[in-house]
Amino acid sequence: MSRRWIVALKVAAHAACLGPVAWLLWHLYLSATTDPGALGPDPTHTVTFFTGRGTLRLLTITLAVTPVRRLIPKLSWLVRFRRMLGLYAFFYACLHLTTYVWLYAGFSWAAMVDDISQRRFITAGLAAWLMLLPLAATSTTWSIRKLGGKNWNRLHWLTYGAATAGVIHYWWGVKTGVKTPLTITVVLGVLLVMRPVLRWRSARGQRVSELAS
Amino acid sequence: MLILKKSDIASSEITPKETYMNRRAFMTGAAAAGMAAMAGERAMRLAEPGGVEAAETLATVKSPLSTPGLTLTPLEDITHYNNFYEFGVNKGDPAEHAGTLRTRPWTIQVEGLVKQPKTFDIDALLKLRPMEERVYRFRCVEAWSMVIPWAGYSLSEFISACDPLPSAKFVQFDSLADRKQELLPWSAGISWPYQEGLRMDEAMHPLTLLTFGLYGEVLPNQDGAPVRVVVPWKYGFKSAKSIVKVKFVKSQPSTTWNDMAPQEYGFYSNVNPNVDHPRWSQKRERVIGAPIWKQLQPTLMFNGYEDQVASLYAGMDLKKNY
Repeated sequence: MSRRWIVALKVAAHAACLGPVAWLLWHLYLSATTDPGALGPDPTHTVTFFTGRGTLRLLTITLAVTPVRRLIPKLSWLVRFRRMLGLYAFFYACLHLTTYVWLYAGFSWAAMVDDISQRRFITAGLAAWLMLLPLAATSTTWSIRKLGGKNWNRLHWLTYGAATAGVIHYWWGVKTGVKTPLTITVVLGVLLVMRPVLRWRSARGQRVSELAS
Repeated sequence: MLILKKSDIASSEITPKETYMNRRAFMTGAAAAGMAAMAGERAMRLAEPGGVEAAETLATVKSPLSTPGLTLTPLEDITHYNNFYEFGVNKGDPAEHAGTLRTRPWTIQVEGLVKQPKTFDIDALLKLRPMEERVYRFRCVEAWSMVIPWAGYSLSEFISACDPLPSAKFVQFDSLADRKQELLPWSAGISWPYQEGLRMDEAMHPLTLLTFGLYGEVLPNQDGAPVRVVVPWKYGFKSAKSIVKVKFVKSQPSTTWNDMAPQEYGFYSNVNPNVDHPRWSQKRERVIGAPIWKQLQPTLMFNGYEDQVASLYAGMDLKKNY
C-alpha cells in the first residue's frame, strides 16, 4: 500500500466517520429553522439511537481489523486505521452520553444519580463509556511507548468489554419485541469467537511447520 | 375479502386532501338525492379501501371535560408515531401497515355480567350520544407524551346502554385479532387478542372516553379505528384500540402487558411521576413534535387529572398498586 493511497483512504475514512455527524448537525439546524419535523416526531429518541448505533458500529469495525488482517495478510495495512476508528467510536460515545445528560436528565445531578443507581441499562451504558475512556486517553504514540507494547495491548482488550457492555446496554434499553440490536450482536459475537479460533489455528500452523522442518 | 397491501397502492393513486374535501362538498349537495348519495358513498369506499380511505368528518360539540390551554400535537405525529403492535412493533409500522384494517362492517359484542348479551353496530354507536371534542394529555409508559383532540362520548354512556349487573366489578376490552387484516407479529410476544381492562368505577368516570375520532375526523386506522377507549390519567397502553368485545366480569381481568411483564406494567398503570418504570424514570417525559431542546417536561400526577380522579384511589397504596 503506497503512502499516497493510505493518505487518500484516511481522508475517505474521516469523511465517512464525520459525514453522519454533519448530517445530524444539518438536521438539527433544519429542525430549529424551516422544518420542525426534520428529526422525526421524537427528535431526542432519533439523536439517541443515531449516536448510540454509531458508537457500536464503529467499535465493531475497530474490532474487525485484527481478524481481517489475520485472515487476509495482504490487508495488514488496515492496522493503520484502527486507532482513528477507535477514537471516532469514543467520539460518538461522548455525543451519545451528552444526549443523555442534556436531553434525558436535563443536566440534573439528582436525576443522573437516580438513573445510574437504579437503572441497569444506564449503568451498563456508563460502564461501556468508562471502559473507552482510558483507551482514548492512551491512544497517543507517546503512551504506547510509556506503557510498553505488551501492557498497552493488554489495556486495550478493554475494547471487548466496552463493546459487550454496549450491546447489553442496547438490549436492556429497547422494549420487548424489538429485535433491532440483533444484527450488531451477531457480528460482535462472531468477532469475539474469531479471536481464539484464529490464535488456535496459527498456533497449530506453527507446530505443523516446526514438525515438518 | 379485498385486502390491499400498501405496495398495491401507488402514492399517486391516493386522493389528495383538497380533492376529497371537494368531493365531500359535492356529496353534501347531493344528500337531497338520498339514495344516489348513499350509492356514491359506497362506491367511494370500494375505490379507496383501508387506511387510504378519505377520512370522514365527525361533527363535535365542545365539552367542559376538555383540557384547556394545551398545545395540540400535530396530526402528522399523532398518525405516524404509534404503538399498535398488531401492525408491527416499531413506531412507524402502524402508519405503514394499518391500511389493511377494515372498519366496516364492525360490531362490539357485549357479554359477561349483563342483563342480556348484545351486539352494537358501529354506526349505531356513532349516533348513541352527541360527539364531544375532548382535548386530553396522552402519556405513554415509554416516557413520551402528546396532546390529542379526541372525539367521542363518555364510556359510561355506552356502559349504561349495556345494562351490566350489579355484580360486575371490572370491564375487559378485546381488540381485533384477525390475521387477514393485521400482521399480529410473532416477535411482539403477545398472545392475541390484545386485552385491557378497567375497574368499574374507572370505566364509569366521565373522563373515560369511548373514542371514535380525532382532529374532527374519524379515527385513522393506526390510531385504533373505528372505536377505542381513552383513559387520560393512565399510561397509553391502558387505552385499548379497535375494540370488538366488551366483557363485564367479577374479578380483575387479565390484561396483555400486565400478563407479559407484571413487574413493569401494573393493572392500574396510573400516570405517576413517583413510581419509576424499572428501566427508566417516569418523572419526566418527552413531548412529541416539540423541538429537541424543548422536549423534556415534568410528568404530572395522574397526568394532570389528579383533581378529577384521585378520589378513585383514596386509601390505596399507589406504589404497590402501580
